[in-house]
Amino acid sequence: MIVDLPDTNTGAINKKIVAMREEGGAITLGRVLTLVVSTDSEAMLEESIDAANAASREHPCRVIVVIPGDRLTTEARLDAQLRVGRDAGANEVVVLRLSGPLANHASSVVTPFLLPDTPVVTWWPDLAPAVPAQDPLGKLAIRRITDATNGSDPLACIKSRLNGYTAGDTDLAWSRVTYWRALLAAAIDQPPHEPITSALVSGLKDEPALDILAGWLANLIDGPVTRTTGELKVELTRPSETVTLARPQTGVTAVLSRTGKPDALVPLARREAKECLAEDLRRLDADEIYYDALTGIDKVQYV
Amino acid sequence: MSPANDRAEAAWRNPLRDKRDKRMPRIAGPCAVVIFGVTGDLARKKLMPAIYDLANRGLLPPSFALVGFARRDWADEDFGKIVYDAVKQHARTPFRQEVWDRLAEGFRFVQGTFDDDESFERLKDTLHKLDIERGTSGNHAFYLSIPPKSFPQVCEQLSKSGLADKPEGSWSRVVIEKPFGHDLKSAEELNAVVNSVFPESSVFRIDHYLGKETVQNILALRFANEMFEPVLNSHYVDSVQITMAEDIGLGGRGGYYDGVGAARDVIQNHLLQLLALTAMEEPVSFSPSELQAEKIKVLSATRLAEPLDETTSRGQYIAGWQGGEKVVGLLDEEGFSKTSTTETFAAITLDVDTRRWAGVPFYLRTGKRLGRRVTEIALLFKRAPHLPFDATMTDELGQNALVIRVQPDEGITLRFGSKVPGHIMEVRDVSMDFSYGSAFAEESPEAYERLILDVLLGEPSLFPVNAEVELSWKILDPALEYWATHGKPDPYEAGTWGPESAFEMLRRSGREWRRP
Repeated sequence: MIVDLPDTNTGAINKKIVAMREEGGAITLGRVLTLVVSTDSEAMLEESIDAANAASREHPCRVIVVIPGDRLTTEARLDAQLRVGRDAGANEVVVLRLSGPLANHASSVVTPFLLPDTPVVTWWPDLAPAVPAQDPLGKLAIRRITDATNGSDPLACIKSRLNGYTAGDTDLAWSRVTYWRALLAAAIDQPPHEPITSALVSGLKDEPALDILAGWLANLIDGPVTRTTGELKVELTRPSETVTLARPQTGVTAVLSRTGKPDALVPLARREAKECLAEDLRRLDADEIYYDALTGIDKVQYV
Repeated sequence: MSPANDRAEAAWRNPLRDKRDKRMPRIAGPCAVVIFGVTGDLARKKLMPAIYDLANRGLLPPSFALVGFARRDWADEDFGKIVYDAVKQHARTPFRQEVWDRLAEGFRFVQGTFDDDESFERLKDTLHKLDIERGTSGNHAFYLSIPPKSFPQVCEQLSKSGLADKPEGSWSRVVIEKPFGHDLKSAEELNAVVNSVFPESSVFRIDHYLGKETVQNILALRFANEMFEPVLNSHYVDSVQITMAEDIGLGGRGGYYDGVGAARDVIQNHLLQLLALTAMEEPVSFSPSELQAEKIKVLSATRLAEPLDETTSRGQYIAGWQGGEKVVGLLDEEGFSKTSTTETFAAITLDVDTRRWAGVPFYLRTGKRLGRRVTEIALLFKRAPHLPFDATMTDELGQNALVIRVQPDEGITLRFGSKVPGHIMEVRDVSMDFSYGSAFAEESPEAYERLILDVLLGEPSLFPVNAEVELSWKILDPALEYWATHGKPDPYEAGTWGPESAFEMLRRSGREWRRP
């Protein structure tokens, strides 16, 4: 069910939420968090809500989407839309459109909707503030999720995360490569137990997930890590073997090859935002490995 | 391998792994799983779907193979079709063609019988070929989804054909399902046979209850929180009731069940494991050996309360109406003798002789054709020593209770007294509910997914060891012997909560079974 509340205030919206819940019987009291989504564009709005709804199946939550309305008007105005039941996955969605001077006070509008005594997570699906923890919406949250992939210059974006880092920040580019990392780690578990002497990460230029993967490797191995543009693959070199994980750019099946062993095929499709988001909501403590990987990007040799 | 080499191996650390990296899932190493008894119900309904679900979650290695072993004259493709149907019908996660295609490439079928040496030679060849073609690296898990009477034979064949040996750097593990014997003596014999071929560290005994999220949550509830553990002792707890009830009957399972009975089938393994987790002291750490040490400790302090004619009860269902359906009694079920004295309901009283639990009876009951399908652990608290109310105000107040619902509708219920709205003071019971399903993942992984993955990773914490199995028999044996020599089970109507003797058993101490 979708209900529009034009030109309203937070008290009226809260009342309506309670009323709808009582009427529709859409009661999920077991919510584990509040997810605040801050986007700048209408285009991202539906996509983000879809991702949040999918993630809510694993993490029942209240989703509050903040989007600027008419910035130029001088009159402060709040328009809201509520979604519950089928239109909201396992959660309820509150879309808040802020116009005029109100656009600069998003956190004051959001505060009355935060669920009591549960963690708040803020997600910027496209443009993120330089220092997420100092943004008014970021200040409300214990976890701040950005997505360099949708930034205007993805490489610059992911590189800038280090300067803006506060414990509790993560980027969806990082969750995009979780299975790549897991497969590489599992491959390195196998003998020969030799150190990795060098690594190569190759793929699209505008795929920040690969930059952070390279940064992760750069911090962990004793040797050069190279990032190039070209076919999608990661190569780890040990003295007596090379481990390669490669996938056609748009394919869903990757090949894991090792010197002297048969090639193995493995399903490894590009992860969608909703899967990445669900993974990011699984743990709300600081991701130290992410931070380490950010610091590693500087050591990567770009060719 | 020289000792110096050994040390170098032990010192080797995978640079890509970091304990702080909680995001990274553990993917099993290259391996092949061999299922004996692949045509059975368990294999079709649980094992094969669980393997697919693991693959779908990306937790199986790229070099994975599944080998079926059975008497049927099947080609690899026929076997693939059987797995396909099983997955389509029973898998938990959605079907994805690309995952299926990769998984199916590793399917092999070996036709053979347990007494035929050549079949095991063929199995050996198949596994050897898989090591070369698929890179399974000589790591093999043998899942014995077969009647226990065939365990010795299969173990011997595995040993004779050299399949149980692990070449350097690889592993060979065996997975067995309950029943682990039918009394202490047979359990010891079975363990001896299995251990003569596989060292205890390579034996994984599946008690699928231990793979359930809610069972693991008992540990979280008790040891991660401050508000429950202080009251879990004889000062506050009056009694503990552990129930596993099934609504199904035994039609068609006669061959297996007749002569075994509810106590051997359920109490010896599932219920005593639940008791161990509920009653054990806090382990020093969650490492497998520490967990086992605590479970063994508490099981060794547990014994049947006596006299057995007053503290135990057993029953056999007779015809009745269950859930709107007329059902026959056990003696009329196909496959049972008309004079069977096999019990389909069993209840026992246990004392745990530790400082924490002395004086608190643990009531365990299980049965077929009971009121509904439910498994729960209920801790019932004593009444407050003094109630500053008139007796009429607390007439309707029962005992406080903490109930861990294992299945279905996994969660925790807390029951306590609350004031009834109105101008007079009146207190009655209310329930506070935590439901796993609505607070976390829409669906938790199936127990078998977790357990199979743990076998492949060589992570033994959720598997009972030899000593636990033998201790459990030691606890239960006196009751089994007593029943064998004293009459027959009391009849109870299908669809009820067991025979009158079970109710009488609690009434003697002024208690009552909770209706789960």
